[in-house]
Amino acid sequence: MRATLAIFQKEFKSFFYSPIAYVILALFTALTGVFFYLYLSSFVEASFMDTIRAQQYGMAPQKFNVNLMLIRPYFWNIALISLFTLPTITMRLYSEEKRLGTVELLYTTPITPTQIVLGKFLAGVAFYVVLLIPTMFFQSLLFIYGDPEFLPVLSGYIGLFFLGSAFISVGLFISTTTENQIIAAIGGFGLSLLLWVVGWGANFASSTIKSVLGYISIINHFEDFAQGVVDTSHIAYYLLFCFIGLYFSLKMVESVKWRA
Amino acid sequence: MIDVKGLTRYYGEKRAISDVTFHVNKGEILGLLGPNAAGKTTTMRILTCYMPPTSGSAKVGGYDIFDESLEIRKITGYLPENPPLYTDMTVDDYLTFVSKIKGVEKKRIKSEVDTVVEKASIGDVRDRIIGKLSKGFKQRVGLAQSLINNPQIVILDEPTVGLDPKQIIEIRQLIKNLKGDHTVILSSHILPEIEQTCERVVIINEGKVVAEDTVENLTNRLRGVQRITLLIEGNEDSIKQALQPISDIQKLDFAAKKDDLIREVVVESEKDIRKDLAKAVVNNGLGLLELSTERFTLEEIFLHLTTKEEVA
Ligand SMILES: Nc1ncnc2c1ncn2[C@@H]1O[C@H](COP(=O)(O)OP(=O)(O)O)[C@@H](O)[C@H]1O
Ligand SMILES: [Mg+2]
Repeated sequence: MRATLAIFQKEFKSFFYSPIAYVILALFTALTGVFFYLYLSSFVEASFMDTIRAQQYGMAPQKFNVNLMLIRPYFWNIALISLFTLPTITMRLYSEEKRLGTVELLYTTPITPTQIVLGKFLAGVAFYVVLLIPTMFFQSLLFIYGDPEFLPVLSGYIGLFFLGSAFISVGLFISTTTENQIIAAIGGFGLSLLLWVVGWGANFASSTIKSVLGYISIINHFEDFAQGVVDTSHIAYYLLFCFIGLYFSLKMVESVKWRA
Repeated sequence: MIDVKGLTRYYGEKRAISDVTFHVNKGEILGLLGPNAAGKTTTMRILTCYMPPTSGSAKVGGYDIFDESLEIRKITGYLPENPPLYTDMTVDDYLTFVSKIKGVEKKRIKSEVDTVVEKASIGDVRDRIIGKLSKGFKQRVGLAQSLINNPQIVILDEPTVGLDPKQIIEIRQLIKNLKGDHTVILSSHILPEIEQTCERVVIINEGKVVAEDTVENLTNRLRGVQRITLLIEGNEDSIKQALQPISDIQKLDFAAKKDDLIREVVVESEKDIRKDLAKAVVNNGLGLLELSTERFTLEEIFLHLTTKEEVA
């Protein structure tokens, strides 16, 4: 436990040693900020137009639902930006140890591969949570100037948390396979994307394959969260997904060890 | 303390070491000497449980490398050929991290780091970023890391490679200071280094152990007939008489006369009879002014061992 924590702390701190982390943080905040602004202005415009129209024709203005029209698509948007961003966080998680030769230190101290993998995974997740904080500020503006429902926002973040963790477990696994960070980033993105789009192909397949591919698809399980529904079966999916990702990472860490 | 039996390791088709056998006594510094690609790193990586051998076995501190790797990793400090440093960290942060993963108790971490910082003489650079340090300091930080948690066994892979002469002397001194408290294996392809720091040496070449002995014995074993030159105060007859009883003398010559009273005597023998000679001279009332042995340097032995045949 202490060793896992040591790896976690070292890894989390080391994100901030390199300028990459700040670039990612800035970029993620800028992108999610821009999209938030775009969604917000189109929402305001739509409701403003409606108010005018209602006045012109002497009707009661219809009530626009900010949860439905702004918050839900915004969560999808953050999910998509995460797909592109997380591989740049996970790329160094293990590759860096190989490049520096510090694997030789890790393998010859009493720390176990499980502790290494777990500590690194948790550090990645923690960094993702940091990335999400600015988007929480953006959304809190809605609560200041309007009154959206709170629970769907909460469930959206729970969904993002699980989705992001799943991406991180994929990225970590790819990172254990190479000492080249660029390859780790591209590989991590490629595999994440594949797991995202795999559901699309389902439309052309037979019904069993369709449901299997649909189940595998990492994004299908996100839908309910974005809509304000926390379903334990989706949580179970993401937990299983992370478990499998970490299991493969662990096997890689162990086998590289024995290959020298 | 360390018992190595028949270690063989293949990398794919290539055999890196073959049937490596030796042992290390508690508290000594053993030199693992061999040219590049001899298999030193491979041997050390196996002993530190970084990777397993293809066949053979080894016990480190009484623990088996296959079944009790965790125990071995607890009592062993290792400085790999390329020091395993996180270049973004400060020296202090790095050593604290290593203390944590080596399982040093929380309240002891600070004093542990202080101890190794002092042993490796890196007090002045504690707050510096490792990546910005000179090669010599990086090596010392690596050495400090290997000493964390006071390991019984310390394994150092070519710790002086790439350092300048002043740094080399300092690192060697640091290593010598480990003697007694730790059992040390030190690898090198530089002979004087082994001669200066180690009591015993294992010479390895092309993956095979070609000799294992004390530095002294190794030199003796190879020099065959040994030439001893003595400077004795006394006349020829009394010197001859005094040395007569020593049966191991194969040849006795008087070199050119220095002056009336002092003679230079050259004795040849297969055995080390320096003590006998000295005693005989002194007991017969003669004055022993000088005694010197012509010996092969380890360098010559090394060349002999690695380029010619094995020592019988
Ligand atoms: N990871 C590896 N893959 C393939 N061959 C290797 C590997 N490591 C070492 N070797 C080979 O094994 C032999 C012994 O290498 P090594 O143990 O590094 O020797 P030394 O440390 O004495 O220079 C060399 O011929 C080297 O090329
Ligand atoms: Mg080597």
